[in-house]
Amino acid sequence: MSIASTIPHPPEPEIHASHDVHEHPFYQKHHFETAEQQREAASFGMWLFLLTEIMFFGGLFFAYLLYRNWYYDAFVAASNSISLPLGLTNTVVLISSSFTMAMGVWAAEIRNKKYLQTALVATIVLGFIFLGIKTVEYKAKFDEHHVPGASFDIADFVHPPAGSHEKPLTVDMANHTQIYFSLYFAMTGVHAFHMIIGIAILFVLLYKARTGLYTTGYVQPIENFGLYWHFVDIVWIFLFPFLYLINRH
Amino acid sequence: MATIVSLPDQSTATLPKVNYINNEHGLLSWLLTADHKRIAMLYLFSITFFFFIGGFFAGMVRMELLTPAGDLMAADTYNKMFTMHGIVMIFLFLVPSVPATLGNFFIPIMIGAKDLAFPKINLLSWYLYMAGGIFVLTTLVLGGVDTGWTFTTPLSTHYLNTHVVTTATAIFIAGFSSIFTGLNFIVTVHRMRAPGMTWFRLPLFVWSNYAASVLMVLGTPVLAIAIVLVALERTVGIGVFDPAKGGDPLLFQHLFWFYSHPAVYIMILPGFGVISEVISTFSRKRVFGYTAVAFSSVAIAVFGFFVWAHHMFIMGVSNYSALVFSLLTMLVAVPSAIKIFNWAFTLQKGSITFETPMLYAFGFMGLFTIGGLTGVFLGSLGMDVHLTETYFIVAHFHFVMVGGMLMAFLAGVHFWWPKMTGRMYPEGISKVAAVVTFVGFILTFFPQFVVGYLGMPRRYAAYPPEFQVLNVLSTAGATVLGVGYMLPLFYLAWSLKYGEIAGNNPWQATGLEWQIQSPPLTENFLVTPIVDYEAYDYEWLEKKTERERQLQHVG
Repeated sequence: MSIASTIPHPPEPEIHASHDVHEHPFYQKHHFETAEQQREAASFGMWLFLLTEIMFFGGLFFAYLLYRNWYYDAFVAASNSISLPLGLTNTVVLISSSFTMAMGVWAAEIRNKKYLQTALVATIVLGFIFLGIKTVEYKAKFDEHHVPGASFDIADFVHPPAGSHEKPLTVDMANHTQIYFSLYFAMTGVHAFHMIIGIAILFVLLYKARTGLYTTGYVQPIENFGLYWHFVDIVWIFLFPFLYLINRH
Repeated sequence: MATIVSLPDQSTATLPKVNYINNEHGLLSWLLTADHKRIAMLYLFSITFFFFIGGFFAGMVRMELLTPAGDLMAADTYNKMFTMHGIVMIFLFLVPSVPATLGNFFIPIMIGAKDLAFPKINLLSWYLYMAGGIFVLTTLVLGGVDTGWTFTTPLSTHYLNTHVVTTATAIFIAGFSSIFTGLNFIVTVHRMRAPGMTWFRLPLFVWSNYAASVLMVLGTPVLAIAIVLVALERTVGIGVFDPAKGGDPLLFQHLFWFYSHPAVYIMILPGFGVISEVISTFSRKRVFGYTAVAFSSVAIAVFGFFVWAHHMFIMGVSNYSALVFSLLTMLVAVPSAIKIFNWAFTLQKGSITFETPMLYAFGFMGLFTIGGLTGVFLGSLGMDVHLTETYFIVAHFHFVMVGGMLMAFLAGVHFWWPKMTGRMYPEGISKVAAVVTFVGFILTFFPQFVVGYLGMPRRYAAYPPEFQVLNVLSTAGATVLGVGYMLPLFYLAWSLKYGEIAGNNPWQATGLEWQIQSPPLTENFLVTPIVDYEAYDYEWLEKKTERERQLQHVG
């Protein structure tokens, strides 16, 4: 293979006295019998971790479903007050980043360092764009006093601005929009926090990828991170309709 | 069939020159280790430290309750005492107790692996645990917290000025330590078993830790998000649990108990595993109904997720759901009883000896049975309305957690001490300690059933004078119990240097961990073992010992 001949030398393996290192690939840890066993363990571990993440977000989704049933009108009004175009753009951005990440895994599998680095950089950039747009959205909510807490203002929901199609809410129901915004900030906030951690890990992967570590057969870290990134993406795929599309016309 | 085994002569045993303790030196070699055995020892030291901190608070609570008037400390201080007792004991002692120490040390060895699947994540777990512990200590220094360990909203979010957020952070971080431990165990049991080590050849200790790990992995994240929401509500004022904004405080309790009820099984299941090992070893018989015992652990884990609302019978859950939860709660008694009966049948016609671990195991069986049966009282709706929030409930969960889990933990520590350190604990005094613990325990908590049934509420610094006799008994018992717990601390430390050399298999037990040197090598096995015998096969062990003896004679 022409690509294989151009790649740099893999880093020195961790040498363990009681082991004959020559029969194992350099990335195999000493406590595994085979590289296959290591790959399966890492992959299984990642899926289990994602299961814990589902339970973590599950608590929020449960609260969401409960309150959406109780305060449907408040949820509709509050949902219509956040920006659909920005949310839609972010959905596209995030799905694109999942695509670039998938390309990264593919690049690692075909052992092409340059492709891998490009894919990782693209994923980082798209991640930052997502967070940037999210910041703009948050800022708007602050300006409109739609952040739950002492400064929260229900005026927009009791007296919808002239020209809008919103029906006015009673004071009591309008007050419950705070629950929507509590969940909005909690859910998108926790999601954004996962993105930030993801981007930090992407930088580490990118730094380590420069030596060709992941493009000489050791695909597992890229593949596992890909799973994480896709998971964060899928959470957004649920958040978007739940938060933005409750009753749009 | 019970096999009569003569225990080996320890006078000829020697400490192996190379083992996991002495192959590297210096503090850093411990703090940066990825060896599951060393991490287990780190955990053992740290949870012992926190156990005695939690024990101190328990002592203060009992001191206050010696007299009917709230005279030793202010009511607020008393609230902090029982809160800190609960938080330290549950999150920093009981949850990690057996899994993080004995499980960490022995699960890889029992299944014939060189280490857990993710050694570095294992170390990370310990650091997260320590970070959680440091946050708890910080809370202490800053002045404590008085929400009760349950963080009930809106008390915790609106009405208290104590350090709720610091404590919440502690529990959030410590929770991840437990998630990673559970995750590591599950992957290890699935992927790292030695050739021939099928699921139904696994020691029951592995099965019960596996079941507990499933609970850790699925339950703990829900606690984490509930705690995050409480902290956010306190700091930035989001209102998911705030009735003023339309939030429901009861939702917090649902989320909290969705973890915290399974957490009870996280605490007790690994203890079941220890008892299975100990009972089998000291009656020299295969555990009766191995498959039933293995599956009962799984059944407890599954049922455990569908009973949480029994903590909320008087808090406004609907009658119909209370009915269902009551029924499901009673179902948990079935797998628990399967275990107790199977251990009893294991003892039948076994050649029983009464070493210290066995004494603790007997203590466990008696106390856990009482704790479990009173749980059935509390699971039935009518009784629960009368008994909940009284000392009856305090006595119930202390019978399960202290009488059950702590006894199991001490049984396990004594049982595996020779393997972990290479030296025996002193048998005479440790038997005394086991008996003192049992007597002290009964004296402490049995009166609480009575006083609770008579109507003394929990969580108050003062109580009516007619309850004093029973409370004095309880406090006296706590003193005896304290002595029972201090004793092992001293003689186990003593035995590290002066204990008899243990040899590889002092109990003639069948687990893989007993077939290697004590203390083990860093890599556990020089050659990956091939398992061709069932768990608890004492005849196999006898033949193996005979073969080795002949080989030695030839040599």
